[in-house]
Amino acid sequence: MTAAALPALLPDRFEAWFAGRGWAPRQHQLDMVQAGEDGAHALLIAPTGGGKTLAGFLPSLIELSERPPPNTPRGVHTLYISPLKALAVDVERNLMTPIAQMGLSITAESRTGDTGEARKQRQRIKPPDILLTTPEQLALFCAWEGARRYFEGLRCVIIDEIHSLWPQKRGDLLALDIARLQQFAPAMRRVGLSATVDDPDMIRRWLSPFPPPSGEGDHRAAMVEGVSSPSSRVDLFEAEPPVGTPSTTPSARSPSPDGGGTDPANAVRLVRGPPGPLPQVEVLISEGRVPWAGHTAQHAMADVYEVIKRHKTSLIFVNTRFQAEFAFQELWKLNDDGLAIALHHGSLAAEQRRKVEAAMARGDLRAVVCTSTLDLGIDWGDVDLVIQLAAPKGASRMVQRIGRANHRLDEPSKAIFVPANRFEVLECQAAREAIAENAFDPEPVRTGALDVLAQHVMGCAVSEPFDLLALYDEVRTAGPYRDLSWEDFEQVVEFVSTGGYALRTYDRFRRIVKGPDGLWRVRNAQTAQRHRMNVGAIVSPAVLNIRLAGRRGTVGRKIGEVEEGYLEMLEPGDTFIFAGGVWRLQGITSTDALVTPAPNDNPKLPSWGGSKFAISTFLAAKVRRMMSDPDSWKNLPTDVCEWLTVQQDKSMIPTPQQMLLETFLRGKRHFLVVYPFEGRLAHTTLAMLLTKRLDRLRVGPLGFVVNDYAMAVWSLKPMDDVDFDSLFDQDMLGDDLEAWLDESFMMKRAFKGCALISGLIERRMPGAEKSGRQVTFSTDLIYDVLRRHQPDHLLLRCARADAASGMIDVARVGQMLARIKGQILHSRLDHLSPFAVPILLEIGKERVGGDTADMILAEAAEDLIAEALS
Amino acid sequence: MNAQALRDRSFAQSPCGGVAMAIHGHPVVMRHSGALWLPVERMLVVADLHFEKGSAYAVRGQLLPPYDTVETLTRLEAEVAATAPATLVFLGDSFHDGQAEDRLAPLVAERIAALASGRTLIWAVGNHDEDGPRALPGDLADELSVGTLILRHEPQAGRQPGEIAGHLHPCARLVGRGRAVRRRCFATDGERVILPAFGAYAGGLNIRDKAYAGMFSGAPLAVALGKDKAHPLSWAMLGGD
Repeated sequence: MTAAALPALLPDRFEAWFAGRGWAPRQHQLDMVQAGEDGAHALLIAPTGGGKTLAGFLPSLIELSERPPPNTPRGVHTLYISPLKALAVDVERNLMTPIAQMGLSITAESRTGDTGEARKQRQRIKPPDILLTTPEQLALFCAWEGARRYFEGLRCVIIDEIHSLWPQKRGDLLALDIARLQQFAPAMRRVGLSATVDDPDMIRRWLSPFPPPSGEGDHRAAMVEGVSSPSSRVDLFEAEPPVGTPSTTPSARSPSPDGGGTDPANAVRLVRGPPGPLPQVEVLISEGRVPWAGHTAQHAMADVYEVIKRHKTSLIFVNTRFQAEFAFQELWKLNDDGLAIALHHGSLAAEQRRKVEAAMARGDLRAVVCTSTLDLGIDWGDVDLVIQLAAPKGASRMVQRIGRANHRLDEPSKAIFVPANRFEVLECQAAREAIAENAFDPEPVRTGALDVLAQHVMGCAVSEPFDLLALYDEVRTAGPYRDLSWEDFEQVVEFVSTGGYALRTYDRFRRIVKGPDGLWRVRNAQTAQRHRMNVGAIVSPAVLNIRLAGRRGTVGRKIGEVEEGYLEMLEPGDTFIFAGGVWRLQGITSTDALVTPAPNDNPKLPSWGGSKFAISTFLAAKVRRMMSDPDSWKNLPTDVCEWLTVQQDKSMIPTPQQMLLETFLRGKRHFLVVYPFEGRLAHTTLAMLLTKRLDRLRVGPLGFVVNDYAMAVWSLKPMDDVDFDSLFDQDMLGDDLEAWLDESFMMKRAFKGCALISGLIERRMPGAEKSGRQVTFSTDLIYDVLRRHQPDHLLLRCARADAASGMIDVARVGQMLARIKGQILHSRLDHLSPFAVPILLEIGKERVGGDTADMILAEAAEDLIAEALS
Repeated sequence: MNAQALRDRSFAQSPCGGVAMAIHGHPVVMRHSGALWLPVERMLVVADLHFEKGSAYAVRGQLLPPYDTVETLTRLEAEVAATAPATLVFLGDSFHDGQAEDRLAPLVAERIAALASGRTLIWAVGNHDEDGPRALPGDLADELSVGTLILRHEPQAGRQPGEIAGHLHPCARLVGRGRAVRRRCFATDGERVILPAFGAYAGGLNIRDKAYAGMFSGAPLAVALGKDKAHPLSWAMLGGD
């Protein structure tokens, strides 16, 4: 962009506004305006605080300010999508400032789940120029009969925090809805706003409307009875080509007929904001006191408190809700100065969270202990320090968390990492180096989920009749579904219509039906209504209220809400921390967990203290490299350095390519410990599969334990002479995996999610059949029946894919097995090594794997029989 | 439940994996399938089959897998084959709704009819199927007296010595080793038994629910259905939902 081009770009009113505030428009803001003028799709990558949101809106504001007054009411011009309700509302507020100051006659309104019915109704009749909303609200819009007319004048869709949205099911749904909008409004521009990421092209591909190669279409058309003439096919680029940057995307203007080899990313112009200064990151060294194991960082709390005292406002990030509660409790024990320290996590009552957010916005707080609930969100200018308590787990997440401090572009953000144990010291150090090198974790390639597609197909039918071929073409203009096969698409439509069962008994109950005109439409208004009530790709777990138990069985005040499963590890009588207090669990009824205060008790910490995020592959590789290089140990605290040195003496230190495997006898048990550094999930999967194999080798595995760095198995017989190369062979991911997975509760949980999203079951399941009493008709029953009778059903495929990626990290185990092939470093020991101490300390806190459910029942029964016969 | 009380009820694990016990003085076996076996009469009792529950949802637009009836029936046939009963009793709610029988696939209807051949089949009627079967064979009954026992679909309020009933779909939740297990169960105090639902899609009602209040002489024993055997569990071990 040349300086000479500037005056042409910004209208006078805008120039004056910038000047009046003592600002000059930033280059990336001008680049975005240029993209708007060129009608190009665009992705803006900029760190927080760079005027990113304004850059996204500027082209729309300019266009809207230059429109002649309307003769007839107009539709929405710009649609803004945010992952968070609160962010949509906040951006609405921030957008009103320039609009008011420039005296523009532009209306901007938010619409979220919290927006009142009257306002929603009015927005439908009299659309604002700019509508700010969430992906779920957009999906609802798209499932409305008036959707096409409402959006036909749409010029621009802006997706904020796109880096957090795209790699998940919400992103799949959003991509499908954007493809739909593009169909309604061919001239619409797609604009993404993103934090800095490892590979912007992945997001560009996600955002790109680039149509799939049309060669496949012929093959597919041959498979369908002649429904659709070729002319009915929609080609977005032929209809109205939004052009990309001329220098980089000549192909985007006129896609070759077969589209072969053209990267869809090129259809989206990449605009980069200035990188901004690198954040200043320190690792808190608690000299001589770094614990061997644990996740609470209790040893460092006094230091953390001192740091909070020296700063204006600190955000303290932890990885789990239990850690949040624990840290909050510990800090208040030290809080002799009465600093305003607050707590924020997803299990607290919404009202309580809003109070904390409001106090934060007013600048009333000195520190907030929080989980990922505050990873994204509203701009709090006064935060001057981010503290990461416990392991960072990934470089990208850290950069985004650190970006929460100091929203001014020209000053570096400041952060302190607090490792909770010795391995975490290595991890924190690695993360610090990654940030200094401006390196980010790569994201895996994403393929759109079919349960989400099922929901979308139903939504389309609810909104207006559709042609099967046209919808197939439209769906493939959504990035995650670009490579969707006709067979999968057909199967999804069949599922939506009849459930997709081999036993074809539901043909008369079809939810969508094909009419004589060849178009598919929803069966009746009632089915449409029920679909609208179940829209969205967020599956929230069932929630329990935490309530005070009153005297004589009455139920008292509500303290908060927790997800089903949060209290699963506790039994009545156990104490736990929640909402900053210690409570004793009295019992759980169908909707409430009843508690009494237990202020003087030591709360029981849950056995799993780790994080739900696995350490990123990228960070793990850095940790392995650091560990293998004694020169780099100098930067570590003395006790950690000693620990590594003793490991070198007593056992071995592997090279970055190798995986260390130790065997030793301890007590009467033979131990096998490996250190793959692949995260708790992958290790659990690996351990499950290894114990199956060891069982077949007749070494009698008795149990296993995992943490983020290592895995230990113990057995009756020695394992020194096992052939480890074949034990760790990649073929373990075959039948064993499938057999184990199908029985696992992860699969049942994944199935439930897919069943909800796909519309097989409804969020509000009619279960209260027995005169209002709660009869739980769980999806587990459906899973068991479906698995036995139709194991290849679409939803089981979806559930297996979800479980394999999200819950057991099969891909990661596979990569690891490939990596360590021929690289196992076996160390035979007389006793345990320094590295093995942390993992062995976890034994006893963990449950033993295997087919636990029946074992629990059997054990309980034995107790009872013993009692009875005593 | 204390040890003395348990001794008085004197249950025992039976070789088939079931739990044998005397109810109101009459010997019964609670099988891990969820069926109740009366050895003296050679009578097999199953409750709440809820045939065609899946298609009942489909009628309303929710397309649950249509395999529940076959699944339930297959398990039932296995039980009949294992015990060779002289009398088979369906203890009510055998069909999920009044039209369920019409929705049965012809082959499935034949298999149900075949269960009545060579033995007495009795349909005790429940709240979901008050009229009983229209075309399928078998005798209809509101209640059935067997020795000191009385068999009926819906348990009556208060203590009912000798009553064998279904309707409530009892299940038990046990917490241990860091996770919870929820299973269908028999609920009994030695005086009466409430059978678990046998149908594949039948949900469960936790036996700590207030719906069971006042039905038992003390805290009842839950006999939970496991993979290969039934597991007797004391009240103190059980959690609410």
